[in-house]
Amino acid sequence: MSVVSDVAITPEPESVTATRRSGSVLRDALKLWRTRIGLVLVVVLVAIASFGPYVAPHSPTAFVGPPFSSPSANARLGADYLGQDVLSRFLWGGRGILAMAALATAFGLVFGSLVGLLAAYSRNWLDDVLMRAMDVILAFPQIMLALVAIATVGPKAWLIVLAVGLTTLPRVARVTRGAAQPIVERDFVGAAEALGVPRYRILGRELLPNIMSPLMVELSLRLTYSIGLIAGLAFLGFATSTNGPNWGTMINQNRIAIQAQPWGVIMPVLAIALLTVGTGLVGDGISRAAAGIERGRPSE
Amino acid sequence: MHSGGIWGFILRRTLLGLLVLAVVSVLVFAATQALPGDPARAILGRSATPDSLAALRAKLHLDQPVLQQYWNWVTGLLHGDLGNSLANQEPVSTYLKPLIINSGFLVLLSGIISIPLAIAIGVWAAVRRDKAFDVGSSLITLLLAALPEFVVGVVLVVLFATVVVQWLPAVTQVPPGGRPWDDMTGMVLPVATLVIAVTPYVARIMRASMIEVLESDYVEMARLKGLRENTVILRHALPNALGPTFQVIAINLAYLAGGVIVVEYVFNFPGIGGALVGGVSNRDLPVVQALAMLVATVYVVLNLIADIATILVTPRMRTTL
Repeated sequence: MSVVSDVAITPEPESVTATRRSGSVLRDALKLWRTRIGLVLVVVLVAIASFGPYVAPHSPTAFVGPPFSSPSANARLGADYLGQDVLSRFLWGGRGILAMAALATAFGLVFGSLVGLLAAYSRNWLDDVLMRAMDVILAFPQIMLALVAIATVGPKAWLIVLAVGLTTLPRVARVTRGAAQPIVERDFVGAAEALGVPRYRILGRELLPNIMSPLMVELSLRLTYSIGLIAGLAFLGFATSTNGPNWGTMINQNRIAIQAQPWGVIMPVLAIALLTVGTGLVGDGISRAAAGIERGRPSE
Repeated sequence: MHSGGIWGFILRRTLLGLLVLAVVSVLVFAATQALPGDPARAILGRSATPDSLAALRAKLHLDQPVLQQYWNWVTGLLHGDLGNSLANQEPVSTYLKPLIINSGFLVLLSGIISIPLAIAIGVWAAVRRDKAFDVGSSLITLLLAALPEFVVGVVLVVLFATVVVQWLPAVTQVPPGGRPWDDMTGMVLPVATLVIAVTPYVARIMRASMIEVLESDYVEMARLKGLRENTVILRHALPNALGPTFQVIAINLAYLAGGVIVVEYVFNFPGIGGALVGGVSNRDLPVVQALAMLVATVYVVLNLIADIATILVTPRMRTTL
C-alpha cells in the first residue's frame, strides 16, 4: 500500500481528536461508567467540603472530651489529639484544601496552556526558550519546589497556591504544545494569518478550541495531583495554620493514637482518597472519550 | 536533523542538562536572598548584639556582594562543601551523608521491585488486551495512580501495622549508629508504599507503548514469518516498546526521589525526607538548598540517561540521528 493512499484512507488519530468538539467529548465521557462514578465521588466530596461547615455539630476548635476519647453521643466520631470533635473537624477540613487546589490548578492550566500555545505557534527561538524554561521548573519534583518556597517565606496560602500552580504550569505547557503543534500546520491557521487576524485571536479562536479535549484531561489530572500535594504539605505540617481544621493536618495530628481512636485518621484519609480517585476517574473517562478508543492516559 | 551522530546527541543533551542545573542553582540560591530578615539574626536570635551579628555575618560571608556569595556557594557545592547547618552547626555534608545513603537504599529497593513489576504488568496487559487481566489491571492502576503517596502509606499502616492486623512495624526504627537495612521488617511498608505509588504509572505507559508496537508492521511481519508468539513478543516487540518506557522509568525514579520525602515522613524513616521537612520547619536553608540541588541533579541525570538509553535501545531511532 502506498503512503499517499494510506493517509487518504485512514486520517491521523490526532487530527480526529483535535477537531472533535469539547461538548461532544463530554457527552461521550458521561456515557462511561467510570466517568459517572468519578463524578458522583467528586460531587459528594465537594459537597462535604463546601457545606460541611454549615452542618457541623460543634465548632472545629471546641473541646468535646478528653484527647483521643472514643465515639460518644456528643462526639459521634470521638475526639482528636486535643479533645476536639473529629466529625466537626472533618466537615470543616476539606474547604481550604479544595479551594487552594482549585486555584493552583486554574493558575497552572491558564498560564501553562498560554505558554504551550505560544511555543507551538511561534515555531522559532521563542519555542526553544519557553520550553527550556519549562525544563528548569520540571527539574524539581513538585513537592520539592513547594518546600523550598515554604522554607523561604513560610506556609502562606498564596505561596502554596503559587508554588503548586507554578509546578503544574510546565506539565500543562508540554501537553498543550504537543496537542497544538499539528493544528498550527493546518490550513485554517494559515488562512487566518493571511487575513491578518491578530496573533492573540489566532491563539484564542483558532488553536484553543481545537485542544480543549486534552486540556480537559489535564484539568482533572492536575486537580488530582494538586489536591494530593496540598493535602500532603498539610500532612507534613505545612498548612496555613497549625490547628486549623484540615484533612492533611488531621491525619498527622491523630496518627499517634491510630490504634485507640482511628476515626481521626480514617475519615480524612478516606475523603482525600475518594476525592482524588473521583477526579482521576473523570479524567480517565474524558481521555477515553476524546481518544474514542480504549486507551490509557496519553501523557504524564 | 542535527548532525554529529550519537556522540553529538549525547554531548548536546549533556550540555543542556548542565545548563538546566546552572539555572536551578541560581533559583535555589535566590531563595536564600528572598529570606525576610537575615540568617545571622535567625541563628543568634534574641541574644544578638551588633558585634556578634557583624562577626557571624562575616563568618557566613553575608557581608560580601551577592554574586560573590553565589560563587562561593556554587564552588563549595562542586567541592562537596555544602556549608554548615544553621540548626546544629554541623557541616551539612556530614549531617546528610548517612541520610542520603538510607534514602538511596529505599529508592533503589523500590525501583528494583517496581520497574520489572510494572513492565511485566504492562506487557501482559497489552498481550491480553481487553481480556480480564487487562481490564482488571487497568482499573486497579488507574485507582492507585490517583492516590497521593502519603494516603497509600497511612492506609498500609492502618491495614498492616495498627488497626486491622499488627504484622509489621508502623515506623522504621533505627537505633543510633544503625542502618535501616539491619532490620528489613521496617523496610517493608515504606518500600511497598513507594512501589504502589510508582508501578501503576509505569505499567500504564508500558501497556500503551506495547500495544502500539504489537500493531506495527514489523510485528505482523514476524508473525507471518511463522515465529513463535513468545519470540515475537520478547525479541521483536518488547525492545521497541521499552523506548518510551525508559523515559517514564527515569521520571519515576526521579519521582521516587521526591516521593520519598512524604513516605519517609509517614514511616519516620531516617532519610532525606525527614531532614528536608525538619530543614523547612527550622528554615535551615543550607540543608534545604543542598537537598534541592541533590534532587534536581538526580532528576536531570536520570532524564539524560533515559534520553540516551531511548536512542540506544530503539533501533529505528538510531538511524535518524
